[in-house]
Amino acid sequence: MEIQKAATRDGYGKALLELGKINPNVVALDADLSDSTRSEYFAKQFPDRFFSMGIAEQNMIGAAAGLAFSGKIVYASTFAVFSERAYEFVRNIVSRNKLNVKIAGSHAGIATGEDGKSAQAIEDIAAYRALPNMAVLQPCDSIEAEKIVFSLGDYRGPSYMRMHRNPVPTIHNPDYKFEMGKGEVLKQGKDAVIFATGTLVHEALKSAEILENENIQVYVVNMPSIKPIDTNLIVNLARKTNCVITAEDHNVVGGLGSAVAEVLGENYPCIMKRIGLQDIYAESGKPDELYRRYGLDAESIAEEIMRFVSKKG
Amino acid sequence: MTKKDLILILKQKAKELRKDILTMIYNAKSGHPGGSLSCIDMLVGLYYHKLRIDPKNPLWQNRDRFVLSKGHCSPAIYAVLADKGYFTKSELGGFRMIGRMLQGHPELNTPGIDFAGGALGQGTSFAVGIALACKLDKINCNVYAMIGDGETQEGAVWEASMSAAFHKLDNLIVILDKNQVQQTGKTKEIMDIGNVAMKWNAFGWNVIDINGHDMPQIVKALDKAPKLKNKKPTIIISNTIKGKGVSFMESNHKFHGKAPNDEEYKRGMEEIEKIDVKKFK
Repeated sequence: MEIQKAATRDGYGKALLELGKINPNVVALDADLSDSTRSEYFAKQFPDRFFSMGIAEQNMIGAAAGLAFSGKIVYASTFAVFSERAYEFVRNIVSRNKLNVKIAGSHAGIATGEDGKSAQAIEDIAAYRALPNMAVLQPCDSIEAEKIVFSLGDYRGPSYMRMHRNPVPTIHNPDYKFEMGKGEVLKQGKDAVIFATGTLVHEALKSAEILENENIQVYVVNMPSIKPIDTNLIVNLARKTNCVITAEDHNVVGGLGSAVAEVLGENYPCIMKRIGLQDIYAESGKPDELYRRYGLDAESIAEEIMRFVSKKG
Repeated sequence: MTKKDLILILKQKAKELRKDILTMIYNAKSGHPGGSLSCIDMLVGLYYHKLRIDPKNPLWQNRDRFVLSKGHCSPAIYAVLADKGYFTKSELGGFRMIGRMLQGHPELNTPGIDFAGGALGQGTSFAVGIALACKLDKINCNVYAMIGDGETQEGAVWEASMSAAFHKLDNLIVILDKNQVQQTGKTKEIMDIGNVAMKWNAFGWNVIDINGHDMPQIVKALDKAPKLKNKKPTIIISNTIKGKGVSFMESNHKFHGKAPNDEEYKRGMEEIEKIDVKKFK
Protein backbone atom coordinates (compact mmCIF):
# COMPACT_ATOMS: atom_id res chain seq x y z
CA MET A 1 0.00 0.00 0.00
CA GLU A 2 1.27 3.42 -0.87
CA ILE A 3 2.02 5.57 2.16
CA GLN A 4 -0.09 8.71 2.33
CA LYS A 5 1.75 11.90 3.12
CA ALA A 6 0.50 15.22 4.43
CA ALA A 7 1.84 18.03 6.59
CA THR A 8 0.62 18.60 10.12
CA ARG A 9 -0.41 22.12 9.10
CA ASP A 10 -2.74 20.55 6.51
CA GLY A 11 -4.43 18.66 9.32
CA TYR A 12 -4.75 21.88 11.27
CA GLY A 13 -6.45 23.70 8.42
CA LYS A 14 -8.77 20.81 7.63
CA ALA A 15 -9.87 20.28 11.21
CA LEU A 16 -10.29 23.98 11.91
CA LEU A 17 -12.66 24.22 8.95
CA GLU A 18 -14.62 21.18 10.15
CA LEU A 19 -14.78 22.52 13.68
CA GLY A 20 -16.02 25.83 12.30
CA LYS A 21 -18.89 24.03 10.61
CA ILE A 22 -19.92 22.29 13.82
CA ASN A 23 -19.38 25.11 16.28
CA PRO A 24 -20.35 28.71 15.44
CA ASN A 25 -18.43 29.88 18.49
CA VAL A 26 -15.09 29.02 16.89
CA VAL A 27 -13.12 32.00 15.56
CA ALA A 28 -9.67 32.22 14.00
CA LEU A 29 -6.99 34.85 13.58
CA ASP A 30 -3.82 34.93 11.54
CA ALA A 31 -0.93 37.30 11.03
CA ASP A 32 -0.67 37.31 7.22
CA LEU A 33 0.36 33.67 6.99
CA SER A 34 -3.05 32.05 6.57
CA ASP A 35 -1.99 30.36 3.34
CA SER A 36 1.03 28.82 5.05
CA THR A 37 -0.75 27.86 8.28
CA ARG A 38 -3.81 26.65 6.34
CA SER A 39 -6.14 28.78 8.45
CA GLU A 40 -7.24 30.10 5.04
CA TYR A 41 -9.54 27.08 4.65
CA PHE A 42 -11.51 28.43 7.61
CA ALA A 43 -11.12 32.04 6.47
CA LYS A 44 -12.66 31.34 3.06
CA GLN A 45 -15.64 29.50 4.47
CA PHE A 46 -16.23 31.77 7.47
CA PRO A 47 -15.00 35.27 6.61
CA ASP A 48 -17.06 36.78 9.46
CA ARG A 49 -15.34 34.60 12.02
CA PHE A 50 -11.83 35.01 10.66
CA PHE A 51 -9.84 38.08 11.62
CA SER A 52 -6.91 39.19 9.54
CA MET A 53 -4.53 40.87 11.97
CA GLY A 54 -1.71 41.81 9.61
CA ILE A 55 1.93 41.27 10.44
CA ALA A 56 1.39 42.14 14.08
CA GLU A 57 1.61 39.11 16.33
CA GLN A 58 1.39 40.93 19.64
CA ASN A 59 -1.90 42.54 18.72
CA MET A 60 -3.15 39.24 17.32
CA ILE A 61 -2.59 37.51 20.64
CA GLY A 62 -4.06 40.41 22.60
CA ALA A 63 -7.17 40.42 20.41
CA ALA A 64 -7.36 36.63 20.57
CA ALA A 65 -7.41 36.92 24.35
CA GLY A 66 -10.18 39.53 24.23
CA LEU A 67 -12.24 37.23 22.02
CA ALA A 68 -11.63 34.32 24.40
CA PHE A 69 -12.61 36.49 27.36
CA SER A 70 -15.86 37.11 25.48
CA GLY A 71 -16.56 33.38 25.26
CA LYS A 72 -15.16 32.57 21.85
CA ILE A 73 -13.15 29.45 21.09
CA VAL A 74 -10.10 31.06 19.57
CA TYR A 75 -7.46 29.64 17.25
CA ALA A 76 -4.60 32.02 16.47
CA SER A 77 -2.00 30.89 13.99
CA THR A 78 1.27 32.10 12.55
CA PHE A 79 4.76 30.69 12.19
CA ALA A 80 6.02 29.13 15.41
CA VAL A 81 8.95 31.49 15.51
CA PHE A 82 6.85 34.62 15.05
CA SER A 83 4.38 33.56 17.72
CA GLU A 84 7.31 34.10 20.04
CA ARG A 85 7.19 37.82 19.16
CA ALA A 86 4.04 37.92 21.26
CA TYR A 87 5.51 35.90 24.11
CA GLU A 88 4.93 38.45 26.83
CA PHE A 89 1.36 38.99 25.58
CA VAL A 90 0.85 35.25 25.86
CA ARG A 91 2.39 35.30 29.31
CA ASN A 92 0.57 38.27 30.74
CA ILE A 93 -2.82 37.94 29.09
CA VAL A 94 -3.37 34.39 27.88
CA SER A 95 -1.66 32.05 30.33
CA ARG A 96 -1.91 34.31 33.38
CA ASN A 97 -5.68 34.47 32.91
CA LYS A 98 -6.11 30.87 31.69
CA LEU A 99 -7.88 32.20 28.61
CA ASN A 100 -9.14 29.82 25.98
CA VAL A 101 -6.69 30.69 23.22
CA LYS A 102 -5.20 27.99 21.05
CA ILE A 103 -1.95 29.22 19.59
CA ALA A 104 -0.87 27.29 16.51
CA GLY A 105 2.73 27.72 15.40
CA SER A 106 3.59 26.33 12.01
CA HIS A 107 6.92 25.82 10.25
CA ALA A 108 8.56 24.69 13.47
CA GLY A 109 12.02 23.19 13.63
CA ILE A 110 14.94 23.07 11.22
CA ALA A 111 12.78 21.01 8.83
CA THR A 112 11.48 24.39 7.73
CA GLY A 113 14.64 24.26 5.66
CA GLU A 114 15.70 26.77 3.05
CA ASP A 115 14.41 29.88 4.85
CA GLY A 116 17.20 29.39 7.35
CA LYS A 117 17.71 30.33 10.97
CA SER A 118 15.16 33.15 11.15
CA ALA A 119 12.22 30.85 10.42
CA GLN A 120 13.41 27.70 12.20
CA ALA A 121 11.83 27.79 15.65
CA ILE A 122 13.91 25.55 17.90
CA GLU A 123 13.04 27.08 21.24
CA ASP A 124 9.25 27.42 21.11
CA ILE A 125 8.49 24.29 23.13
CA ALA A 126 10.85 25.46 25.86
CA ALA A 127 9.33 28.92 25.87
CA TYR A 128 5.69 27.81 26.05
CA ARG A 129 6.39 24.94 28.43
CA ALA A 130 7.62 27.43 31.01
CA LEU A 131 4.25 29.18 31.16
CA PRO A 132 1.88 28.01 33.91
CA ASN A 133 -1.52 26.79 32.61
CA MET A 134 -0.15 26.31 29.08
CA ALA A 135 -0.57 22.96 27.34
CA VAL A 136 2.12 22.19 24.74
CA LEU A 137 1.22 19.76 21.98
CA GLN A 138 2.94 18.54 18.84
CA PRO A 139 1.34 16.22 16.29
CA CYS A 140 3.48 13.85 14.24
CA ASP A 141 1.13 13.56 11.28
CA SER A 142 -1.87 15.29 9.78
CA ILE A 143 -4.41 12.95 11.37
CA GLU A 144 -2.96 13.62 14.79
CA ALA A 145 -3.03 17.34 14.04
CA GLU A 146 -6.73 17.08 13.22
CA LYS A 147 -7.41 15.17 16.41
CA ILE A 148 -5.54 17.75 18.48
CA VAL A 149 -7.51 20.61 16.90
CA PHE A 150 -10.79 18.84 17.73
CA SER A 151 -9.62 17.95 21.22
CA LEU A 152 -8.67 21.56 21.87
CA GLY A 153 -12.13 22.61 20.76
CA ASP A 154 -13.47 20.95 23.93
CA TYR A 155 -10.55 22.01 26.10
CA ARG A 156 -10.88 25.20 28.13
CA GLY A 157 -7.52 26.84 28.61
CA PRO A 158 -4.43 28.13 26.85
CA SER A 159 -2.48 25.87 24.55
CA TYR A 160 0.33 25.89 22.06
CA MET A 161 0.21 23.50 19.13
CA ARG A 162 3.41 23.06 17.16
CA MET A 163 3.09 22.27 13.46
CA HIS A 164 5.36 21.69 10.51
CA ARG A 165 5.78 22.71 6.90
CA ASN A 166 6.62 19.48 5.13
CA PRO A 167 4.50 16.43 4.31
CA VAL A 168 5.25 13.42 6.51
CA PRO A 169 3.88 9.87 6.34
CA THR A 170 0.41 9.56 7.81
CA ILE A 171 0.85 6.85 10.41
CA HIS A 172 -2.44 7.22 12.23
CA ASN A 173 -5.84 5.89 11.20
CA PRO A 174 -8.81 8.24 11.07
CA ASP A 175 -10.20 6.49 14.18
CA TYR A 176 -7.08 7.37 16.22
CA LYS A 177 -7.90 8.95 19.57
CA PHE A 178 -5.65 11.70 20.87
CA GLU A 179 -5.59 12.19 24.61
CA MET A 180 -3.87 15.11 26.27
CA GLY A 181 -1.19 13.93 28.68
CA LYS A 182 -0.73 10.57 27.01
CA GLY A 183 2.08 9.11 24.98
CA GLU A 184 1.56 6.45 22.34
CA VAL A 185 3.72 3.35 22.02
CA LEU A 186 4.15 2.86 18.28
CA LYS A 187 6.59 -0.01 18.46
CA GLN A 188 7.42 -2.46 21.21
CA GLY A 189 11.04 -3.13 22.20
CA LYS A 190 13.26 -4.20 25.06
CA ASP A 191 16.79 -2.73 24.85
CA ALA A 192 15.99 0.94 24.73
CA VAL A 193 13.16 3.43 24.39
CA ILE A 194 12.97 6.45 22.12
CA PHE A 195 10.53 9.14 23.15
CA ALA A 196 10.03 11.20 20.00
CA THR A 197 7.81 14.09 19.07
CA GLY A 198 6.67 15.74 15.85
CA THR A 199 8.59 15.04 12.68
CA LEU A 200 11.21 13.03 14.56
CA VAL A 201 8.66 10.30 15.27
CA HIS A 202 9.16 9.18 11.67
CA GLU A 203 12.94 9.27 11.94
CA ALA A 204 12.71 7.33 15.20
CA LEU A 205 10.55 4.66 13.55
CA LYS A 206 13.04 4.33 10.70
CA SER A 207 15.95 4.19 13.12
CA ALA A 208 14.20 1.36 14.96
CA GLU A 209 14.15 -0.62 11.71
CA ILE A 210 17.85 -0.01 11.20
CA LEU A 211 18.51 -1.13 14.78
CA GLU A 212 16.49 -4.32 14.25
CA ASN A 213 19.21 -5.40 11.85
CA GLU A 214 21.75 -4.86 14.61
CA ASN A 215 19.63 -6.92 16.97
CA ILE A 216 18.66 -3.96 19.06
CA GLN A 217 14.98 -3.79 19.92
CA VAL A 218 13.77 -0.31 20.75
CA TYR A 219 10.44 0.98 21.87
CA VAL A 220 9.31 3.92 19.79
CA VAL A 221 6.95 6.23 21.64
CA ASN A 222 5.12 9.17 20.09
CA MET A 223 4.85 12.07 22.53
CA PRO A 224 2.26 14.52 21.14
CA SER A 225 1.57 15.91 24.61
CA ILE A 226 4.73 17.52 25.93
CA LYS A 227 2.84 19.34 28.64
CA PRO A 228 1.10 17.72 30.38
CA ILE A 229 3.46 14.78 29.95
CA ASP A 230 2.86 11.08 30.38
CA THR A 231 4.90 10.52 33.53
CA ASN A 232 3.74 6.94 34.06
CA LEU A 233 4.65 5.82 30.58
CA ILE A 234 8.08 7.45 30.76
CA VAL A 235 8.89 5.86 34.11
CA ASN A 236 7.54 2.43 33.13
CA LEU A 237 9.55 2.23 29.94
CA ALA A 238 12.66 3.62 31.64
CA ARG A 239 12.33 0.83 34.22
CA LYS A 240 11.97 -1.77 31.51
CA THR A 241 14.91 -0.63 29.39
CA ASN A 242 17.21 1.49 31.57
CA CYS A 243 18.10 3.14 28.30
CA VAL A 244 16.16 6.28 27.43
CA ILE A 245 16.59 8.41 24.33
CA THR A 246 14.58 11.48 23.35
CA ALA A 247 14.34 12.82 19.81
CA GLU A 248 12.97 16.15 18.64
CA ASP A 249 13.50 18.84 16.02
CA HIS A 250 14.08 21.43 18.76
CA ASN A 251 16.85 22.56 21.02
CA VAL A 252 17.73 19.88 23.57
CA VAL A 253 17.48 22.68 26.14
CA GLY A 254 13.91 22.97 27.37
CA GLY A 255 12.16 20.70 24.90
CA LEU A 256 10.91 17.12 25.12
CA GLY A 257 14.37 15.97 26.21
CA SER A 258 14.27 18.29 29.17
CA ALA A 259 10.68 17.34 30.00
CA VAL A 260 11.58 13.63 30.04
CA ALA A 261 14.73 14.34 32.03
CA GLU A 262 12.66 16.19 34.63
CA VAL A 263 10.32 13.21 34.98
CA LEU A 264 13.18 10.74 35.26
CA GLY A 265 15.21 12.88 37.61
CA GLU A 266 12.35 12.98 40.10
CA ASN A 267 11.02 9.46 39.63
CA TYR A 268 13.57 7.09 38.21
CA PRO A 269 17.01 8.62 37.81
CA CYS A 270 18.89 7.03 34.95
CA ILE A 271 21.32 8.02 32.23
CA MET A 272 19.62 9.28 29.12
CA LYS A 273 20.46 10.70 25.69
CA ARG A 274 18.81 13.77 24.20
CA ILE A 275 18.76 13.95 20.40
CA GLY A 276 17.94 17.36 19.00
CA LEU A 277 19.67 20.64 18.20
CA GLN A 278 22.64 20.75 20.56
CA ASP A 279 22.02 24.32 21.69
CA ILE A 280 22.87 25.75 18.27
CA TYR A 281 21.00 27.36 15.38
CA ALA A 282 21.06 25.52 12.07
CA GLU A 283 21.26 27.03 8.56
CA SER A 284 19.57 27.04 5.15
CA GLY A 285 19.30 23.79 3.25
CA LYS A 286 16.97 21.02 2.23
CA PRO A 287 15.22 19.49 5.24
CA ASP A 288 16.74 16.03 4.75
CA GLU A 289 20.22 17.51 4.31
CA LEU A 290 19.75 19.50 7.50
CA TYR A 291 18.51 16.46 9.42
CA ARG A 292 21.62 14.56 8.28
CA ARG A 293 24.02 17.37 9.17
CA TYR A 294 22.47 18.06 12.56
CA GLY A 295 22.06 14.43 13.55
CA LEU A 296 18.28 14.24 13.37
CA ASP A 297 17.89 11.67 10.59
CA ALA A 298 17.15 7.99 11.15
CA GLU A 299 20.74 6.88 10.45
CA SER A 300 22.24 9.38 12.88
CA ILE A 301 19.69 8.44 15.53
CA ALA A 302 20.42 4.73 15.03
CA GLU A 303 24.17 5.32 15.32
CA GLU A 304 23.68 7.37 18.45
CA ILE A 305 21.54 4.67 19.98
CA MET A 306 24.03 1.92 19.08
CA ARG A 307 26.79 3.85 20.85
CA PHE A 308 24.51 4.49 23.81
CA VAL A 309 23.32 0.89 24.12
CA SER A 310 26.83 -0.52 23.85
CA LYS A 311 27.99 1.84 26.63
CA LYS A 312 25.14 0.61 28.78
CA GLY A 313 26.69 -2.88 28.34
CA MET B 1 -31.50 65.66 37.85
CA THR B 2 -30.15 68.73 36.13
CA LYS B 3 -26.85 68.66 34.33
CA LYS B 4 -25.48 71.02 36.96
CA ASP B 5 -26.47 68.69 39.78
CA LEU B 6 -24.96 65.74 37.97
CA ILE B 7 -21.65 67.51 37.51
CA LEU B 8 -21.56 68.46 41.16
CA ILE B 9 -22.29 64.91 42.29
CA LEU B 10 -19.57 63.53 40.03
CA LYS B 11 -17.05 66.07 41.29
CA GLN B 12 -17.88 65.21 44.90
CA LYS B 13 -17.48 61.54 44.12
CA ALA B 14 -14.07 62.08 42.56
CA LYS B 15 -12.96 64.03 45.60
CA GLU B 16 -14.14 61.26 47.91
CA LEU B 17 -12.41 58.54 45.87
CA ARG B 18 -9.14 60.50 45.77
CA LYS B 19 -9.01 59.95 49.52
CA ASP B 20 -9.60 56.20 49.10
CA ILE B 21 -6.79 56.05 46.55
CA LEU B 22 -4.32 57.78 48.81
CA THR B 23 -5.35 55.71 51.81
CA MET B 24 -5.04 52.39 49.97
CA ILE B 25 -1.55 53.20 48.79
CA TYR B 26 -0.55 54.55 52.17
CA ASN B 27 -1.78 51.37 53.89
CA ALA B 28 -0.08 49.11 51.38
CA LYS B 29 3.10 51.20 51.59
CA SER B 30 3.34 50.72 47.83
CA GLY B 31 1.39 51.49 44.70
CA HIS B 32 1.00 54.17 42.07
CA PRO B 33 -0.61 57.40 43.25
CA GLY B 34 0.34 59.69 40.34
CA GLY B 35 -1.53 57.94 37.53
CA SER B 36 -4.41 56.93 39.80
CA LEU B 37 -5.05 60.55 40.69
CA SER B 38 -4.75 61.68 37.08
CA CYS B 39 -7.39 59.27 35.79
CA ILE B 40 -9.92 59.26 38.63
CA ASP B 41 -12.09 62.08 37.29
CA MET B 42 -12.54 60.23 34.00
CA LEU B 43 -13.24 56.95 35.82
CA VAL B 44 -15.94 58.70 37.82
CA GLY B 45 -17.42 60.09 34.62
CA LEU B 46 -17.45 56.59 33.17
CA TYR B 47 -18.74 54.61 36.14
CA TYR B 48 -21.22 57.12 37.59
CA HIS B 49 -22.51 58.58 34.35
CA LYS B 50 -21.79 56.58 31.26
CA LEU B 51 -21.16 52.85 31.59
CA ARG B 52 -24.13 50.54 31.29
CA ILE B 53 -23.22 48.09 34.02
CA ASP B 54 -24.74 46.08 36.83
CA PRO B 55 -22.53 45.65 39.91
CA LYS B 56 -24.73 42.74 41.00
CA ASN B 57 -24.02 41.00 37.70
CA PRO B 58 -20.44 41.90 36.82
CA LEU B 59 -20.33 39.64 33.77
CA TRP B 60 -23.73 40.72 32.40
CA GLN B 61 -23.45 40.01 28.70
CA ASN B 62 -24.85 43.33 27.50
CA ARG B 63 -22.73 45.47 29.79
CA ASP B 64 -20.31 48.08 28.56
CA ARG B 65 -16.77 46.76 29.03
CA PHE B 66 -13.97 48.68 30.65
CA VAL B 67 -10.35 47.74 30.06
CA LEU B 68 -7.87 49.47 32.32
CA SER B 69 -4.76 49.00 30.25
CA LYS B 70 -2.69 51.13 32.61
CA GLY B 71 -3.13 48.50 35.29
CA HIS B 72 -0.79 50.18 37.76
CA CYS B 73 -3.64 52.62 38.39
CA SER B 74 -5.51 49.81 40.12
CA PRO B 75 -6.19 51.92 43.25
CA ALA B 76 -8.40 54.19 41.15
CA ILE B 77 -10.52 51.40 39.71
CA TYR B 78 -10.65 49.50 43.00
CA ALA B 79 -11.91 52.61 44.77
CA VAL B 80 -14.61 52.98 42.13
CA LEU B 81 -15.63 49.32 42.09
CA ALA B 82 -15.86 49.12 45.88
CA ASP B 83 -17.97 52.25 45.96
CA LYS B 84 -20.23 50.87 43.23
CA GLY B 85 -20.74 47.74 45.32
CA TYR B 86 -18.84 45.16 43.26
CA PHE B 87 -17.18 44.16 46.53
CA THR B 88 -17.11 45.51 50.05
CA LYS B 89 -15.18 48.61 50.88
CA SER B 90 -13.24 46.64 53.51
CA GLU B 91 -11.39 44.92 50.67
CA LEU B 92 -9.60 48.19 49.96
CA GLY B 93 -7.70 47.70 53.22
CA GLY B 94 -6.17 44.51 51.82
CA PHE B 95 -4.80 46.15 48.69
CA ARG B 96 -1.46 44.51 47.71
CA MET B 97 -1.51 42.26 50.77
CA ILE B 98 -0.89 38.54 50.77
CA GLY B 99 -3.97 36.36 50.75
CA ARG B 100 -6.27 39.26 49.87
CA MET B 101 -8.25 39.83 46.70
CA LEU B 102 -6.99 43.18 45.48
CA GLN B 103 -3.73 42.46 43.73
CA GLY B 104 -1.12 45.09 42.90
CA HIS B 105 -2.37 45.05 39.33
CA PRO B 106 -5.92 43.94 38.51
CA GLU B 107 -6.78 40.28 38.00
CA LEU B 108 -9.88 38.90 36.32
CA ASN B 109 -11.15 37.20 39.47
CA THR B 110 -11.93 40.58 41.03
CA PRO B 111 -15.60 41.39 40.34
CA GLY B 112 -15.94 44.22 37.85
CA ILE B 113 -12.47 43.79 36.36
CA ASP B 114 -12.58 43.17 32.62
CA PHE B 115 -8.85 43.11 32.00
CA ALA B 116 -5.82 41.97 33.96
CA GLY B 117 -3.39 44.79 33.35
CA GLY B 118 0.10 45.47 34.54
CA ALA B 119 2.03 45.03 31.32
CA LEU B 120 1.67 48.26 29.37
CA GLY B 121 0.67 48.21 25.73
CA GLN B 122 -1.65 45.21 25.91
CA GLY B 123 -5.07 46.50 26.90
CA THR B 124 -5.98 48.09 23.59
CA SER B 125 -5.41 44.77 21.82
CA PHE B 126 -7.56 43.01 24.38
CA ALA B 127 -10.26 45.64 23.91
CA VAL B 128 -10.05 45.12 20.13
CA GLY B 129 -10.74 41.42 20.72
CA ILE B 130 -13.73 42.17 22.95
CA ALA B 131 -15.06 44.70 20.45
CA LEU B 132 -14.75 42.13 17.64
CA ALA B 133 -16.61 39.55 19.74
CA CYS B 134 -19.38 42.03 20.61
CA LYS B 135 -19.85 42.88 16.94
CA LEU B 136 -19.91 39.20 16.03
CA ASP B 137 -22.48 38.45 18.73
CA LYS B 138 -24.43 41.62 17.88
CA ILE B 139 -24.18 42.80 21.47
CA ASN B 140 -25.13 46.44 21.49
CA CYS B 141 -22.53 47.71 23.95
CA ASN B 142 -19.41 49.81 23.95
CA VAL B 143 -15.90 48.78 24.89
CA TYR B 144 -13.87 51.42 26.71
CA ALA B 145 -10.14 51.13 27.23
CA MET B 146 -7.98 53.50 29.21
CA ILE B 147 -4.32 53.79 28.30
CA GLY B 148 -1.51 56.00 29.52
CA ASP B 149 0.51 58.39 27.39
CA GLY B 150 3.84 56.82 28.29
CA GLU B 151 2.19 53.53 27.39
CA THR B 152 1.83 54.62 23.78
CA GLN B 153 5.61 54.29 23.48
CA GLU B 154 4.85 50.58 23.22
CA GLY B 155 4.63 49.69 19.52
CA ALA B 156 1.83 47.22 20.11
CA VAL B 157 -0.51 50.11 20.94
CA TRP B 158 -0.17 51.19 17.32
CA GLU B 159 -0.72 47.66 16.06
CA ALA B 160 -3.96 47.69 18.02
CA SER B 161 -4.83 51.18 16.82
CA MET B 162 -4.34 50.18 13.18
CA SER B 163 -6.38 47.01 13.57
CA ALA B 164 -9.30 48.74 15.33
CA ALA B 165 -9.67 51.14 12.42
CA PHE B 166 -9.23 48.34 9.88
CA HIS B 167 -11.97 46.28 11.52
CA LYS B 168 -14.20 49.39 11.76
CA LEU B 169 -14.69 49.05 15.50
CA ASP B 170 -17.00 51.96 16.20
CA ASN B 171 -17.94 50.22 19.45
CA LEU B 172 -14.44 50.87 20.79
CA ILE B 173 -13.57 54.03 22.70
CA VAL B 174 -10.04 54.48 23.95
CA ILE B 175 -9.30 57.06 26.61
CA LEU B 176 -5.76 58.35 26.67
CA ASP B 177 -4.92 59.60 30.15
CA LYS B 178 -2.33 62.10 28.98
CA ASN B 179 -0.69 63.08 32.24
CA GLN B 180 2.65 63.77 30.55
CA VAL B 181 4.79 62.13 33.21
CA GLN B 182 6.11 58.58 33.43
CA GLN B 183 8.25 56.65 35.88
CA THR B 184 11.57 58.38 35.33
CA GLY B 185 10.51 61.82 34.18
CA LYS B 186 8.50 63.89 31.72
CA THR B 187 7.19 61.90 28.77
CA LYS B 188 8.56 64.63 26.49
CA GLU B 189 12.05 63.89 27.82
CA ILE B 190 11.89 60.08 28.04
CA MET B 191 10.38 59.50 24.58
CA ASP B 192 8.30 62.28 23.16
CA ILE B 193 5.05 60.85 21.83
CA GLY B 194 4.55 63.94 19.70
CA ASN B 195 1.21 65.08 18.38
CA VAL B 196 -1.00 62.22 19.50
CA ALA B 197 -4.19 63.75 18.13
CA MET B 198 -2.69 63.81 14.64
CA LYS B 199 -1.26 60.32 15.05
CA TRP B 200 -4.56 58.70 16.07
CA ASN B 201 -6.40 60.70 13.46
CA ALA B 202 -3.96 59.46 10.83
CA PHE B 203 -4.61 55.92 12.04
CA GLY B 204 -8.28 56.40 11.21
CA TRP B 205 -9.80 57.30 14.57
CA ASN B 206 -12.23 59.98 15.68
CA VAL B 207 -10.36 62.21 18.09
CA ILE B 208 -11.86 64.16 20.97
CA ASP B 209 -9.49 66.36 22.95
CA ILE B 210 -10.47 67.49 26.45
CA ASN B 211 -9.29 68.59 29.86
CA GLY B 212 -9.54 65.34 31.78
CA HIS B 213 -10.17 67.01 35.13
CA ASP B 214 -12.98 69.24 33.92
CA MET B 215 -16.12 67.24 34.67
CA PRO B 216 -18.42 69.07 32.22
CA GLN B 217 -15.91 68.33 29.45
CA ILE B 218 -15.62 64.70 30.56
CA VAL B 219 -19.39 64.22 30.53
CA LYS B 220 -19.72 65.91 27.17
CA ALA B 221 -17.00 63.75 25.61
CA LEU B 222 -18.42 60.56 27.09
CA ASP B 223 -21.86 61.46 25.78
CA LYS B 224 -20.53 62.22 22.33
CA ALA B 225 -18.06 59.37 21.75
CA PRO B 226 -20.46 56.38 21.66
CA LYS B 227 -22.90 58.28 19.46
CA LEU B 228 -20.44 58.87 16.63
CA LYS B 229 -20.86 55.34 15.20
CA ASN B 230 -19.27 56.28 11.91
CA LYS B 231 -17.45 52.96 11.41
CA LYS B 232 -14.44 54.45 13.15
CA PRO B 233 -13.13 53.87 16.67
CA THR B 234 -12.89 56.94 18.87
CA ILE B 235 -10.15 58.18 21.16
CA ILE B 236 -10.71 60.71 23.90
CA ILE B 237 -7.44 62.45 24.62
CA SER B 238 -7.85 63.30 28.26
CA ASN B 239 -5.29 65.95 29.14
CA THR B 240 -4.54 65.50 32.80
CA ILE B 241 -2.01 66.22 35.51
CA LYS B 242 -0.22 63.36 37.17
CA GLY B 243 -0.95 63.33 40.90
CA LYS B 244 -3.82 65.84 40.46
CA GLY B 245 -5.26 67.07 43.73
CA VAL B 246 -2.15 66.64 45.88
CA SER B 247 0.19 69.55 45.20
CA PHE B 248 3.50 67.83 45.89
CA MET B 249 2.54 64.85 43.77
CA GLU B 250 1.41 66.91 40.80
CA SER B 251 3.58 66.38 37.71
CA ASN B 252 6.13 64.76 39.99
CA HIS B 253 7.47 61.52 38.55
CA LYS B 254 8.79 60.54 41.98
CA PHE B 255 5.16 59.73 42.88
CA HIS B 256 4.59 57.55 39.84
CA GLY B 257 5.10 54.43 41.91
CA LYS B 258 5.79 55.52 45.47
CA ALA B 259 3.55 55.50 48.51
CA PRO B 260 3.28 58.62 50.67
CA ASN B 261 4.98 58.47 54.06
CA ASP B 262 3.10 59.42 57.26
CA GLU B 263 3.70 63.11 56.82
CA GLU B 264 2.91 63.10 53.10
CA TYR B 265 -0.26 61.09 53.65
CA LYS B 266 -1.49 63.52 56.28
CA ARG B 267 -0.75 66.52 54.09
CA GLY B 268 -2.21 64.83 51.02
CA MET B 269 -5.47 64.00 52.77
CA GLU B 270 -5.74 67.55 54.07
CA GLU B 271 -5.23 68.93 50.59
CA ILE B 272 -7.86 66.66 49.09
CA GLU B 273 -10.24 67.60 51.88
CA LYS B 274 -9.73 71.25 50.99
CA ILE B 275 -10.54 70.78 47.31
CA ASP B 276 -13.30 73.18 46.31
CA VAL B 277 -15.15 70.98 43.83
CA LYS B 278 -16.88 73.95 42.25
CA LYS B 279 -13.56 75.37 41.13
CA PHE B 280 -11.77 72.07 40.53
CA LYS B 281 -10.67 71.32 36.99
